[in-house]
Amino acid sequence: MGHSLSVRNLEAWYGSNKTLKGINMEIAPNQVTAIIGPSGCGKSTFVRCINRMHETLPGTKVKGEILLDEESIYDRDPVALRKMVGMVFQKANPFPSMSIYENVVAGLRLNGMKNKQTLHASAEKSLRMAALWDEVKDRLNYSGMSLSGGQQQRLCIARALAVEPSVLLMDEPASALDPIATTHIEELIRQLKENYTILIVTHNMQQAARIADSTAFFLNGELVEHGPTSEIFTNPNDKRTEDYITGRFG
Amino acid sequence: MNDRLRKYRNTMMMGIFIVATLIALIPLFGVLGYVVINGISALDLDFFMNLPKAMGVSGGGMANAIVGTLIMVLIASLIGMPVGILAAIYLTEYDRTSWLSIAVRFATDVLTGIPSIIVGIVIYTAVVLRMGHFSALAGGLALSIIMIPLIIRSTEEMLKLVSQSIREAGYALGISKRIIILRIILPTAAKGIITGAMLAVARVSGETAPLLFTALGNQYWARSLNEPIAALPVQIYQYATSPYAEWHQLAWAGSLVLILMVVILNLIARFAFRSRSN
Repeated sequence: MGHSLSVRNLEAWYGSNKTLKGINMEIAPNQVTAIIGPSGCGKSTFVRCINRMHETLPGTKVKGEILLDEESIYDRDPVALRKMVGMVFQKANPFPSMSIYENVVAGLRLNGMKNKQTLHASAEKSLRMAALWDEVKDRLNYSGMSLSGGQQQRLCIARALAVEPSVLLMDEPASALDPIATTHIEELIRQLKENYTILIVTHNMQQAARIADSTAFFLNGELVEHGPTSEIFTNPNDKRTEDYITGRFG
Repeated sequence: MNDRLRKYRNTMMMGIFIVATLIALIPLFGVLGYVVINGISALDLDFFMNLPKAMGVSGGGMANAIVGTLIMVLIASLIGMPVGILAAIYLTEYDRTSWLSIAVRFATDVLTGIPSIIVGIVIYTAVVLRMGHFSALAGGLALSIIMIPLIIRSTEEMLKLVSQSIREAGYALGISKRIIILRIILPTAAKGIITGAMLAVARVSGETAPLLFTALGNQYWARSLNEPIAALPVQIYQYATSPYAEWHQLAWAGSLVLILMVVILNLIARFAFRSRSN
């Protein structure tokens, strides 16, 4: 099952550049929440704070609180936290030295899981969930890099799912893909929300409208508005949201 | 008219590049050909099996020098590869910007540019004088000091080529940093790291100057690592500067063997580790 997230007064810096200026946001379990906003508004930083990836970069700083099921993520070990909060990146990043199979089970295998049957079952399950199984089942030993861009991205999704997180962060997962691969991935996201809490950063507002239950609009490091997707797109409360979604800026 | 001028200039430019490339090839094949022509006649089984013989006795070889070079290169590799590779991992994965890594980087740059004879003199003063005798250990140590900065720099470059997104993918799966380095980053960069290490080995196996002060050379088999030992480059130097035609022949043969060793190492570095890439 997915978990709820509760973000309180979150501030984040890159060096002296403050990219998040006090975000307060409740994220419901088993829903797809889309984060939209112009480039540089802090969307990516925001999701990278949730699995504590932001702070792995030199010169970064975070203040505030994020609760995962009522428990602060800062009280958890970051490595353990990331097993609960998976992430899919904008650009597919399979491990180049590994086969398709090894990529999918990397999170399990490199954390000490040795049982071959468990690994194999997990690989098949994850690849099926990512709608990639049929395409790769006969060549699991090929390099992950031998796949097409869209397949690589689904491989990365499968890899994230294999760890069985409860929250899945997706940072523009379809921005580098063609429309067909994008459709695959959107379909996948709709199915995944039964078991996961999903946060997806997107530049594509049609995409947000298609898949998200709720949508949050970020601007200049602030959360302008967060509500049910239908409301944000048809009847936004804030003038800036309206300007953005109607294409008047950004 | 303009089109013709542009095409003419393009052709001219390409011609210049081709000429430069050909000029660069002349010394390469010239040296190689000269050594092969002069060396091949003295290269026989005796050369690989026998010790050097006294002047006037025919059939002497350089068996002890070949083995001596292999031993010292092995000692140098046993010290230089782990130190160099592990230091490079520290510099890229743990600490890219502090004063320590900047200092180490500066030192490796300087050290790669330092004439190798200076390394020999330093080891001579620090080790040989203190131990009271020349030795294979001192020679291997001197070679390792030449190797370390080469390996640090090449390994560092290879690790930097591993995309940051690969590291992030590892973190995002809840994998610890140690495992990310050992199981993800190193395998990804392995081919390049090994190639760099092989080239460093090739480079030091031809070093002469540092061995003159440390290993000294030996006409016989060394009985331990603690006494003077023969080395191919040293032997070549001594034979080539002798007044005897027969020794000159052997020096040519030794040069050929040395070149072959370096060529073989290069080939291994290039081909043996190709397989994993697809």
